[in-house]
Amino acid sequence: MKELKLMKGNEALAEAAIRAGCDGYFGYPITPQSEVLEYLSREATARTGMVVLQAESEVASINMVYGAAGTGKKIMTSSSSPGVSLMQEGISYIACAELPCLLVNVNRGGPGLGTIQPSQGDYFQSVKGGGHGDYKLIVLAPSTVQEMSDFVKLSFELAFKYRNPVMILTDGALGQMMEKVELFPQQPRTNEIYPWATTGKKHERERSIITSLHIQPDKMEEINIHLQEKYRTIEKNEVRFEEVDCEDADFIILGYGLVARICQKAAQLAREKGYKVGVLRPITLFPYPTDVIRAYSEKVKGMMVVEMNAGQMVEDVRLSVEGRTTVDFYGRMGGIVPTPEEILEAFENKVLGRK
Amino acid sequence: MNEKQMTAPDSHYEQMIAEESICTTENIVYEKPHTLTDTPFHYCPGCGHGVAHRLIAEVIEEMDIQEETIGVAPVGCSVFAYNYLNIDMSEAAHGRASAVATGIKRVLPEKYVFSYQGDGDLAAIGTAETIHTCNRGENILIIFINNGIYGMTGGQMAPTTLSNMKSTTSPFGRDTNSMGYPLKITELIAALPGTYYVTRQSVHKPLNVRKAKKAILNGFQYQKLNRGTCFVEIVSNCPSNWKMTPVESNKWLEDNMLPFYQLGDIKVPKEEIK
Repeated sequence: MKELKLMKGNEALAEAAIRAGCDGYFGYPITPQSEVLEYLSREATARTGMVVLQAESEVASINMVYGAAGTGKKIMTSSSSPGVSLMQEGISYIACAELPCLLVNVNRGGPGLGTIQPSQGDYFQSVKGGGHGDYKLIVLAPSTVQEMSDFVKLSFELAFKYRNPVMILTDGALGQMMEKVELFPQQPRTNEIYPWATTGKKHERERSIITSLHIQPDKMEEINIHLQEKYRTIEKNEVRFEEVDCEDADFIILGYGLVARICQKAAQLAREKGYKVGVLRPITLFPYPTDVIRAYSEKVKGMMVVEMNAGQMVEDVRLSVEGRTTVDFYGRMGGIVPTPEEILEAFENKVLGRK
Repeated sequence: MNEKQMTAPDSHYEQMIAEESICTTENIVYEKPHTLTDTPFHYCPGCGHGVAHRLIAEVIEEMDIQEETIGVAPVGCSVFAYNYLNIDMSEAAHGRASAVATGIKRVLPEKYVFSYQGDGDLAAIGTAETIHTCNRGENILIIFINNGIYGMTGGQMAPTTLSNMKSTTSPFGRDTNSMGYPLKITELIAALPGTYYVTRQSVHKPLNVRKAKKAILNGFQYQKLNRGTCFVEIVSNCPSNWKMTPVESNKWLEDNMLPFYQLGDIKVPKEEIK
């Protein structure tokens, strides 16, 4: 029987963590995602024995994640933009040490202390590395409360499949808004022992060392080559996207997360006016759906990217399109969510206005 | 021993030692613990790290907890501690070893978990993690090597550098008016209700080495009780960056470090475990 509930995005995500058999959460309060820590503090330990710890800072919480994920357990943290900035050093270590874990960024407006309203200003930070060195997170962008729940399970699967940190990049609006969500059944916490994990050196195996230090440059290059090969495999296997009315489209609007839903409404309004507009929503921001965007760029008359930032993902769209068609951009910043009417107007002025 | 052997030249002794009849179990007075790897220490001659590592290895071996122990290495000279200790280890970011140890211990509460950290790591960049780990009373052992200087980066001033002590970033001596005071973080830690056992030891003389080993042993054994954080400071030396011979550095340690960082237990648990 379906288990349907009306839930906030942050709470659906927290509930999904419990149900996915997460072993430990380490976090620090920050608006607009504190409900994750609150919900888990209330629910998790009694139900599954999951560890929930409020750390003294995001710096501490990401390093607790590093330690705990190194034991091979299912570990996660969540934060919002300024807190995620504080975590970047630790995320870089985690990526190099190849520790599976889930990181959640409920994006708010920046730069600086910014605002607590929703934003997509952390796209670059999330998909281009964020911390020091060459590394990639697998980045998933939910657009519904349902996906806030579903992607937690998917994230842990991907994290362990590739021994790579996975980020759910969402925003303050999705975190705070309530929607119907179908919850997946409780999965047991597993006690799987991984040979690479620090669980206590057994007689029959070499000691496990979790480190990102390889002081000999040839060794460090070898590690880098290995990581890059892994990222290429991820690019080959894990691209996810959603197309709405793209088949017959003359124009494509692209947006991820919450914005994609607003774009769908805008596209509907455009179709009512006689313009054949489709919406392409990247679900994985890394790996990016480059190929499908390239394919559409050969047949459409123009594209427009909508984001809640000054234009970040648009660069990846332009890299995919490589000049085959025009790519316009419309963005709102500082915590403002665009309306469908605004997007339609931008489409008419920018995309149709070119013709 | 007969007269002939006593007057034998060195080469004869070498020959004797090589003879299997002498290399017998009952003649062994000391051997490398199996919890140390065969990798030669990279530490400078006379450095206290090697001794401290050996003590940890001996304790783990004597308690027979190699399979149950996870260590956390810091950033600093002992960043490669995991190359020498034959146990599972995690290499932490600078200052975060106690947070990493917290993460490990929370999900593996039945294991022995310790961090090994220097003064810059633990008492400067990692102060917040140190204080809060101890304040939460995480059931881990923190081993704190205090030599009053940043060794790995080449002798810069540490939070524990003594007043008027010279370093590359306090070339005229630490001026407490502008550079602050040497930090007795161990006393600060001892004041927290989360700590269970707090002590300051050294490894500059054989007697002190034995006391330090006992302290480390206590720190591991108390983890069984789940009563809070154990904290063992080891006042150590840095011959290279102090620009002294090993012998001079240990003399300097005794004359200058120990009057300020006084050795002994600072917080002792009421109950002892056998």
